[in-house]
Amino acid sequence: MEIAQEIEIKAKENLKEFNPRIVGFLCNWCAYSGADLAGVSRLKTSPNIRIIRTMCSGRVDPSFILKAFQLGADGVLVAGCHFGDCHYIEGNFKTMRRIEMLKMILPQFGIHPDRLRLEWISAAEAEKYAKVSFEFTEQIKKLGPLKLNSH
Amino acid sequence: MSKPKLALYWAASCGGCEITILDIEEKILDVANFFDIVFWPCAMDFKYEDVEKMEDGEILITLFNGAIRTSENEYLAKLLRQKSKILVAFGSCAHEGCIPGLANLYPKEEIFEYIYKESPSVINDDKGIYPQKKTLINGYEIEIPEFYETVKPLDAVVDVDYYIPGCPPQSFQVVNVIETLVDILTNNKPLPEKGSILGAGDKTCCDECPRTRKEKRIKTFYRIHEIIPKEDECLLDQGILCLGPATRSGCGALCVKANIPCRGCYGAPPNVEDQGAKMISALSSVIDASTPEEARRIFSKIVDQVGTFYRFSLAASLMKRRHFTELKS
Repeated sequence: MEIAQEIEIKAKENLKEFNPRIVGFLCNWCAYSGADLAGVSRLKTSPNIRIIRTMCSGRVDPSFILKAFQLGADGVLVAGCHFGDCHYIEGNFKTMRRIEMLKMILPQFGIHPDRLRLEWISAAEAEKYAKVSFEFTEQIKKLGPLKLNSH
Repeated sequence: MSKPKLALYWAASCGGCEITILDIEEKILDVANFFDIVFWPCAMDFKYEDVEKMEDGEILITLFNGAIRTSENEYLAKLLRQKSKILVAFGSCAHEGCIPGLANLYPKEEIFEYIYKESPSVINDDKGIYPQKKTLINGYEIEIPEFYETVKPLDAVVDVDYYIPGCPPQSFQVVNVIETLVDILTNNKPLPEKGSILGAGDKTCCDECPRTRKEKRIKTFYRIHEIIPKEDECLLDQGILCLGPATRSGCGALCVKANIPCRGCYGAPPNVEDQGAKMISALSSVIDASTPEEARRIFSKIVDQVGTFYRFSLAASLMKRRHFTELKS
């Protein structure tokens, strides 16, 4: 194969595959530890999730999520402790209500609600984090890149 | 010594801000005594040419109300910026887009289709006649301003020195601001920091609200015609959606004192980037729901969520508008 041809194929290969940018807000006590355990256990996780550690999933203000979308994220994952496990007793209940509310208003902004995902992942559930990370990446790949009107 | 020059302009607005200026009653005479009013299309006969002929920075203060909807609005914003030392975004439209900004939930074509074709008060032929930027009539070309796709607040097109929030700003606050400015100018005091919000508080509307608040546990929301609110109890406690927790103080809790929930016209409180997101955050903390289904049921009682949470601030919010890339309207 000629080199020019090979370059074309390789360059287009990269273009063909959409590589989503996903911002993941993971709580310090459960989900982040779960993701950490996945790494320590040498589990494969999706590299598309860019993690931001917060002290609690309840720290994730709705404006953080909108900001992530506005700045170019194709998806946002919020993960925290299971109900009853919250280090701050009921922070994750507030998160759940926020995410429900946001999922209801995102379509009014023209954004598919499936671009936002909430998961409960304990510090021991490394496999769940790995599974969710790939599942969500696939889901966003199906939805395609998020394009916001520039004007 | 000649008097300092003052200009007032309205872009995309309802005219309420002009009325609030006249609402300062006899104080308007002090304004006319202290300042030389050089431009005020709503009240006095001036032409755009008169402004164009001025030196750069010749006007000391311009109070600019209204959002940027058309190319004419933008042209005047840029012109007045160039000719003024101090440009003030006056009122919610110039500050955050206000009600005109809600048009950002629709594409321009849809707005035109309704306004020039479907609206019952319009007589138009089947095809609909839409405004064109340029039209040829009897060999003469006439031009009208371009209608933009997106409504923007003033600071999205020019540099703004100060903001006076409110829909409209309360007249006592306007008097405060004018008196402060006159004091600063006559006594050579330093001006407030650039970008400051004038004529408003630095807390939330709840801080000025006289009603008693309890631990909130909201089970359902009522629209204002569905319930007779108790006079002295927090409206949000009673399930009436009140934007007080996510709105800047300064109006003196005017609406809540009249049994009407706060709608958020004074904009986001200090250090809040997105008023609607803040309201979602506040509500999520006080909803009595322990399952997603229950939360969904309670939230679905709120009609037109974006229109409610972002009634005055959509054009200046993080999302700014509805994006027509993946979900059709």
